[in-house]
Amino acid sequence: MAKQIYTKYEMAKYLRKEALPTALCPGCGGGTVLNAFANAIDQLKIDPRDLVVVSGIGCSAWIASPYFLADTLHTTHGRAIAFATGVKVGLPDKKVVVISGDGDLAGIGGNHLIHAARRNIDITVILVNNFIYGMTGGQVAPTTPFGAITTTTPYRNIEHPLKIAETVASAGASYVARWTTFHVYQLIESIKKALTVKGFSLVEVVSQCPVQFGRRNRMKTPAEMLRWFSKNSIPISKAKNMSPEELEGKIIIGEFVSREKPEFTEELNKLIDEVAQYYRLGGEDAD
Amino acid sequence: MIIRGDEPEQIGLLKKLYPKGNYFMQGDEAIAYGALFAGCRFYAGYPITPASEIAETMARELPKLKGYYIQMEDEIGSIAAVVGASWTGLKSMTATSGPGFSLMQENLGYAVFTETPLVLVDVQRSGPSTGQATKGAQGDFFQARWGTHGDHPIIAVSPTSVEDSFWETIRAFNLSEKFRIPVILLADGIIGHTREQIRIPDPEEVEIVYRKLPANEEEAKYPFGDVHGDLIPPMPLFGNGYFTHVTGSTHKENGLRDVYTPEVHDRLVRRLHKKIEVHEKEIQKWEEYYTDDAEILLVSWGVSARPSLGAVIEARKKGIKAGLIVPKTVHPFPGKRIKELSKKAHTILVPEMNLGQMILEVQRFVREEVPVIGVNKIGGVPLTVEEILKEIESSAERSRHRSAD
Ligand SMILES: Cc1ncc(C[n+]2csc(CCOP(=O)(O)OP(=O)(O)O)c2C)c(N)n1
Ligand code: SF4
Repeated sequence: MAKQIYTKYEMAKYLRKEALPTALCPGCGGGTVLNAFANAIDQLKIDPRDLVVVSGIGCSAWIASPYFLADTLHTTHGRAIAFATGVKVGLPDKKVVVISGDGDLAGIGGNHLIHAARRNIDITVILVNNFIYGMTGGQVAPTTPFGAITTTTPYRNIEHPLKIAETVASAGASYVARWTTFHVYQLIESIKKALTVKGFSLVEVVSQCPVQFGRRNRMKTPAEMLRWFSKNSIPISKAKNMSPEELEGKIIIGEFVSREKPEFTEELNKLIDEVAQYYRLGGEDAD
Repeated sequence: MIIRGDEPEQIGLLKKLYPKGNYFMQGDEAIAYGALFAGCRFYAGYPITPASEIAETMARELPKLKGYYIQMEDEIGSIAAVVGASWTGLKSMTATSGPGFSLMQENLGYAVFTETPLVLVDVQRSGPSTGQATKGAQGDFFQARWGTHGDHPIIAVSPTSVEDSFWETIRAFNLSEKFRIPVILLADGIIGHTREQIRIPDPEEVEIVYRKLPANEEEAKYPFGDVHGDLIPPMPLFGNGYFTHVTGSTHKENGLRDVYTPEVHDRLVRRLHKKIEVHEKEIQKWEEYYTDDAEILLVSWGVSARPSLGAVIEARKKGIKAGLIVPKTVHPFPGKRIKELSKKAHTILVPEMNLGQMILEVQRFVREEVPVIGVNKIGGVPLTVEEILKEIESSAERSRHRSAD
């Protein structure tokens, strides 16, 4: 059953035909993410007319915009979540999804990311973490592992990577999970959950960019990168009992938080109803 | 969501909340009330002096009208949220001042390129940088025109008093909706913080314009196509099942990216320019005082327009033929009219609170023999009638000498 889900032709109904083929490199993890997202939408039976997908700038930003057949807003670099905030307030009954890269959402757009999580606005963010600025030619990213080689760290990266899922979890999101493109089934389940949860949800997908990252770090082929993900991933339950030294260089996968708390657009509309009601009924300056 | 169709309820509410009559308020508040009367129901912003009172007024008043206020994490996010909200059909606005305006420039360009209606209020303050944070100025004339990158048209309007702030804000919304373009309201900190009496009208007295929506599925397929031959594409709003694609990259009429075909970029950017050019008459607005026989023509805008008018009146009392033109739409600039008027003038004076910005636009339209002289003041204090009058008098004096020898 599982295998049959992944025949590409079945999910093609969710794609904007006139925009195909995609511009992603062969073997790019972006394809897996698009596939997983389409499957999640399909399994949840979400009508794409009830979806607005927003993205920033970068290879990962192209995954759903323009390729996914929904209302799509392809914005400026780093600002997708802020644009999506306006969309969600205007259309609180629609599913608003942001799909973009780690550089886009956590580098230049880091401020919007943590504040949207704090606000707990009902937006689902699928953040594709490929450790690199892919589109601009493989420069160091805020997620690049310590010691890795990139075009702007030709000797080695001396900065420490940002733990995105952990950061967003502590910023106040309702749901946060991390998987890799190796963990496709878990990823689909997680995206489904993120889409269903009310509040800010983030699914971080560690994804392969063989062209800009793998090639410079002794993982030329997509398969090598996936093997690396599979070998280095530690479930969060296990990671809890491990020391920071043991976790060095590992990818912690699983659900980081899943909790209920007041959601922004709902609170905003509640507030408006209260205030509007008061003035409609002739409060204050009753005449 | 408040959009066309909800007017009767909205008009009732406006009447009840702000009954027509005289009010005493700040320019910033007048801008906020203008926005409410224009139908603005989404505001996202970030506090900055001297624009914060707009945010405070919107935060207080919008919920009464079922509108949304959000304080974003910065100005970049503010205008981004405004663009997002506009694509859902909400009339949307943000307000800021100098440094915040600089931060908004990239997404202002995005709004220009995606033809997103919105109003961006810049309550100008002294700069560069943090400058005199609390003082007014008129230093953003060109930031409004050329602040974002690339070739692009823009509309900017500028009010001259508190009451004018109310009406120019409404006009800004109407222009934005009609022509699917972000409109900048170039206000300034002095009027923004000045309290004056203004007359709030009945909402029925206010003309309100809504953006054109696609008449059918077919039209919705071309969110950036000239389907009506007026260069203004109908805007397929999100949430209507049209599967609209919007991108800040060069796009074809159907919205899909094409950054490789020179003709596609050329066609799009030229249409955007032409859209504003061919409708220039409807967009431009100016006021004229004593221009019929003016030998000394003043061109002034915003906060400097009133002392300029005062100086012209004083000059007339002294028998000097001075006149004044005040561009209310500062971009696109009413250069043709200034050119006409300059034919009768021997001198042109341009009073403004900067070291000479609008004057450059004036110079472009005036024949070389006519001296164009700036009356400039910076430091946060507005020009006075006396200061401008002195310049008019010395210009009159100089011309007497010229005609004597
Ligand atoms: C304001 C701005 N700065 C820089 C760029 C150039 N730029 C385009 S994509 C990109 C990086 C994208 O990286 P990421 O989000 O990680 O996506 P990836 O391409 O790796 O999927 C950058 C820096 C830009 N478009 N805009
Ligand atoms: S450069 Fe990397 S991230 Fe971009 S499409 Fe190619 S493989 Fe994917």
